[in-house]
Amino acid sequence: MALLDIQGVTRRFGDFTAVDNVSLAVEAGEFFTLLGPSGCGKTTLLRMIAGFDLPDAGRILLNGEDLADSPPELRPVRTVFQSYALFPHMSVEGNVAFPLQMARVPSGERKARIEAALEDVRLQGFNRRYPHELSGGQKQRVAIARALVTHPTMLLLDEPLAALDAKLREDLSIELINLQKEVGIAFVYVTHDQTEALALSHRIAVMNRGRIEQLDEPSKIYGFPRTRFVADFIGHCNLFSGPIREANGSLALVDVDGLGPVRVATATSAAGGARGTIALRPEKIRIAAEAPSGTPDNHFHGAVRDLLYMGDVTVYRVAIEGGTIVEALLANSQSGRAKFFEVGDAVDVSWPVGAGHFIVE
Amino acid sequence: MRRRPAWLWAAAIFAYAFLYVPLLIVVVYSFNDSRLNAEWVGFTFDWYRTLASDDQMLKAAGNSLMIGIVVSFVSTVLGTMAGLAMHRYRLRLLPILIVAPIAIPEILMGVSLLIFFVLLNFTLGLVSVALAHIAFCIGFVAIVVRARLAGMDETLTEAARDCGATPASAFRYVTLPLIMPGVIAGALMAFTLSIDDFVITFFTAGAGTITLPLQIYSMIKISVTPEVNAVSTLLMLLTLLLIVVAAKLSPTLLPSERETTP
Ligand SMILES: Nc1ncnc2c1ncn2[C@@H]1O[C@H](COP(=O)(O)OP(=O)(O)OP(=O)(O)O)[C@@H](O)[C@H]1O
Ligand SMILES: [Mg+2]
Repeated sequence: MALLDIQGVTRRFGDFTAVDNVSLAVEAGEFFTLLGPSGCGKTTLLRMIAGFDLPDAGRILLNGEDLADSPPELRPVRTVFQSYALFPHMSVEGNVAFPLQMARVPSGERKARIEAALEDVRLQGFNRRYPHELSGGQKQRVAIARALVTHPTMLLLDEPLAALDAKLREDLSIELINLQKEVGIAFVYVTHDQTEALALSHRIAVMNRGRIEQLDEPSKIYGFPRTRFVADFIGHCNLFSGPIREANGSLALVDVDGLGPVRVATATSAAGGARGTIALRPEKIRIAAEAPSGTPDNHFHGAVRDLLYMGDVTVYRVAIEGGTIVEALLANSQSGRAKFFEVGDAVDVSWPVGAGHFIVE
Repeated sequence: MRRRPAWLWAAAIFAYAFLYVPLLIVVVYSFNDSRLNAEWVGFTFDWYRTLASDDQMLKAAGNSLMIGIVVSFVSTVLGTMAGLAMHRYRLRLLPILIVAPIAIPEILMGVSLLIFFVLLNFTLGLVSVALAHIAFCIGFVAIVVRARLAGMDETLTEAARDCGATPASAFRYVTLPLIMPGVIAGALMAFTLSIDDFVITFFTAGAGTITLPLQIYSMIKISVTPEVNAVSTLLMLLTLLLIVVAAKLSPTLLPSERETTP
């Protein structure tokens, strides 16, 4: 039995459906991420798990028990709010002590629990400080300590790193992974940042307009996006669409508009005439000055239209003769790299059938 | 910092003078050793001594103080509840009902309350005065409390619930401490409004019940005696004290240099 079981949950605001028939299950000890663009309903779903909002339809079960009649204070889940929501009139210790106080933990026991929680988030010695005397990262740690101190079954985190700068975000991400392993409780993590989601999670549910588009492990989400939306939202991706000429369960041939026939390996079969999309990651494309030896599966000629030098890699936007723009990415340190292309250079573009991923629309 | 133009200074000085010189005159003449508010004769505490032995005046002051305390307590409790209700629920009627007594001309309030009490056969006296004061003080408290709530982060209440607090505990440990400055400011406001109210008190006190403003009024009907100056000075002092206390308790009431925006 899953720890958290969400069954067909729907939430409407007026005639707008914020969460649309969502079903998912989170296992004990899992780092589960809800990923999606702004306004897709992540917070709304999280609030229903926490008990701040109720579904219009569907059920939420925790340990097999329907939560419908439990107010937030009786649910063994804790939320880490995006805005931290620390009590400004209480010190760090006061904040962390609050859940213990509410749970009527004897005061003799509290001190040790508080210290343990502050140690978990590496914030010892800040007991007497007030929230306004803390940096954003420290506030976030206090919020996490406050959520952990009563040993809940599950932690709900709503974009906990969104307000922090990039460097701190990375540091805290690593800490979060370690923390989650250490305390061993399930995390349901909300973010709109795909890098964060891919790096942190055991499994990701990609949400769009209140629905789950795909629920999978990070590598599956990245490598085998099930829908055009997922391919486009997770990382950079070339999306080539057109009528399917054939798809026989091992190979698909798509007449891509503005590019021509493109071959892609697939396990799917689809009737000719339907539309298909090929998702192709920029790093899987070969661009070079001269053609590769042998006959590549997909082969085009074009010219560099724009380039973005990013330090470790360079992104080239290549205009193919048919007019389509293909985005390709080259590592700048790639061994044997002979040439850095300039805008206007003619380039040879190719990729094998295995590089792309086929999506039937 | 840029220098402010001279005309701005002049305007400010004029405005302050207009406000404070009359008050200053009252204070100064309360120490004047003369029955007339005409010329400075010499320094004396006599008028304060007279005041201290004026039974009628002491009784009036006692009544006002008692009414003020009861009114500020009751209207703070009710006003805070009203402020919370207005904040939490999208009510249309309540804000109007609450705020109307503030906007309605006092004379109208006084007359209508008088008629109301008479219709109910309610004996006019201290209780009717207190009830009348509570009626118009609730609105002031509600407005201050609601403003404070509007500035409060809504997620804090949710965070409290999330931490295991029942709605009552969340209010007691999180919401109430955070709106406390507003509540105290409201209570002090209610107290000052009550203690110096004349019009409504005049209509609802009935014969024989006196409060400080009623007493002062009846005294100046004859002439402005230095005794009136003395009691006014004391009243001023009390008000000033309350303002200072309110400012200490609620830094947002009076801005200071140290204040940083949250
Ligand atoms: N109380 C509400 N009343 C009306 N509409 C709401 C309410 N709460 C959320 N919505 C709408 O529901 C949609 C989903 O909101 P939600 O906050 O869940 O988005 P989100 O995925 O968390 O986005 P973000 O990444 O920006 O936080 C939004 O379009 C929002 O406007
Ligand atoms: Mg959100």
